[in-house]
Amino acid sequence: MNGNRLVRYSLRTIVLVYLGLLIVWPVSLVAKNAFSEGIGTFIDALTEETTAYAFQLTLIVAVWAVVINTVFGILISILLVRYTFPGRRALSAFIDLPLSVSPVVVGLALLLAYGGTNGWFGPALEDSGIQVIYATPGIIMATAFVSLPLVIREIVPVLTEIGTEQEQAARSLGANAWQTFRRITIPAIRWALVYGVVLSLARSLGEFGAVKIVSGNIVGQTQTATLVVEEKYQNFEQTAAYASSFVLAAAAVLALIVVTLLRPGHEESASTAGVTAATTSVPTQKDPA
Amino acid sequence: MTSPTLTQVRRRGPRRRARAATALTPAAGVGLGIALIWFSILVLLPLSAVVITTTEGGWATFWETIRQPQTWAAIKLTVGEAVLVTLTNVVFGTMIAWVLVRDRFWGKRVLEVIIDIPFALPTIVAGLVLLALYGPNSPIGVDVANTRIAVYLALLFVTTPFVVRTVQPVLLELDPETEQAAQSLGASRFTTFRRILIPALAPAITAGAALSFARAISEYGSLVLLSGNLPMRTEVTSVRILTYIENGNMAAAASVASLLLLVALFAIVALDVISRRVARR
Repeated sequence: MNGNRLVRYSLRTIVLVYLGLLIVWPVSLVAKNAFSEGIGTFIDALTEETTAYAFQLTLIVAVWAVVINTVFGILISILLVRYTFPGRRALSAFIDLPLSVSPVVVGLALLLAYGGTNGWFGPALEDSGIQVIYATPGIIMATAFVSLPLVIREIVPVLTEIGTEQEQAARSLGANAWQTFRRITIPAIRWALVYGVVLSLARSLGEFGAVKIVSGNIVGQTQTATLVVEEKYQNFEQTAAYASSFVLAAAAVLALIVVTLLRPGHEESASTAGVTAATTSVPTQKDPA
Repeated sequence: MTSPTLTQVRRRGPRRRARAATALTPAAGVGLGIALIWFSILVLLPLSAVVITTTEGGWATFWETIRQPQTWAAIKLTVGEAVLVTLTNVVFGTMIAWVLVRDRFWGKRVLEVIIDIPFALPTIVAGLVLLALYGPNSPIGVDVANTRIAVYLALLFVTTPFVVRTVQPVLLELDPETEQAAQSLGASRFTTFRRILIPALAPAITAGAALSFARAISEYGSLVLLSGNLPMRTEVTSVRILTYIENGNMAAAASVASLLLLVALFAIVALDVISRRVARR
């Protein structure tokens, strides 16, 4: 037992030191560096005109991307779990693709498809007055691309677990499709949905590589908050860079805390759902026999 | 043998789902149509634009771009560092997962949040954060900025959660009594680890490693400020693509991008095969 305890304590120590050096210490330095010249400088850096504009743009883009991904995510998740159609497996695999594609490749792909002069559809879109690349729509698309699977990955397992009994009961009692969706499905996937939305929001606020390419990084027009961080740092305005970073990091950590506080309930309900599924599936298996 | 109920649930899973899933209704068909159109506009068409731009250039352009010394150096560096980082994650990720599941101590919930920070933190901020501790103004006097160690650190930071988060749920399902039984029957700690834990965790570790490798070869944001992007030394593949884009050389950018896409696709297929093998077991 003593040996066990020794292994336990040494593993715990190694893990804590490792994570401390790799994550905790560096991240905590952002706060220190952001306020190194006092709270006044910190506020000045953030309220500077172009920086304030960049944060505003980031927020608008993130909200659009999250709304699009949530609507699309719910739709795709229900289709993938509740219906069979040719190519379902392929679609399910392709949905995860954006998580493995380099942000730079995402930017390049959008540029090649929607670029104003050489893109496939860019010139035609510009003739009808829609500019995608080097404008807000392009930034929204790049952001939506990289955070696309996050909502879906949260909802699909929960939809699979809860099964269709309640939905079928509601339908047999005379509820129409929309009522069933609003009264049964949405409440059942509520927490998974919140979880997915918070993760998407965190991801959307912080996208850098893809946005850098499609936005053109025009100060005061298409420059987002993450691009401000890069520019300030490279112009030797370190405190300003750390001030913007602090806000972005605080938003990310806050999102994580929200998600972690929600998660236990979510996990519990998922595991109990699993247990009920396991017990109820015994009689259904006997049915045909 | 470890948890018969779990395997039973897994085996029943598809059957249950097959009962629950129905053929498309007209309304669902319209929904599928809309979803596919948006997915094509956002993901499929742009990505095929990359592949088609590559094929338009032909095999010769592709090969020439890849073998250009600076690009080839970037690819070698990226793949090499990604392998190193993935190996580190396999060891430390499994260790962290074990501590999170089997150990109990004050502040463990805080650790859960800390693990996910690299996922949620903007990549450019991740780079800046590492620069604060391991850069020119380091409070501990360690300055690795603009070196290959910086590349390793940045990739390690952004990929830390993958193995932890894939191994953790599997370990959670694994009954600690099996380990205790093995030990009470006289197995040494190492034998228990090798014969009980490793076989049970191997698929999850592999899945996490694949994700971590795919993320590492495609990383860009965290390296911008930290690695200095020195040609032939610390420049990674994504930075090469960006340089090609900025120079207007789209064919070359697409060639390198296609190579990255190919590797990402390979990682996804490998993951799918692994997860299906696990489900079958």
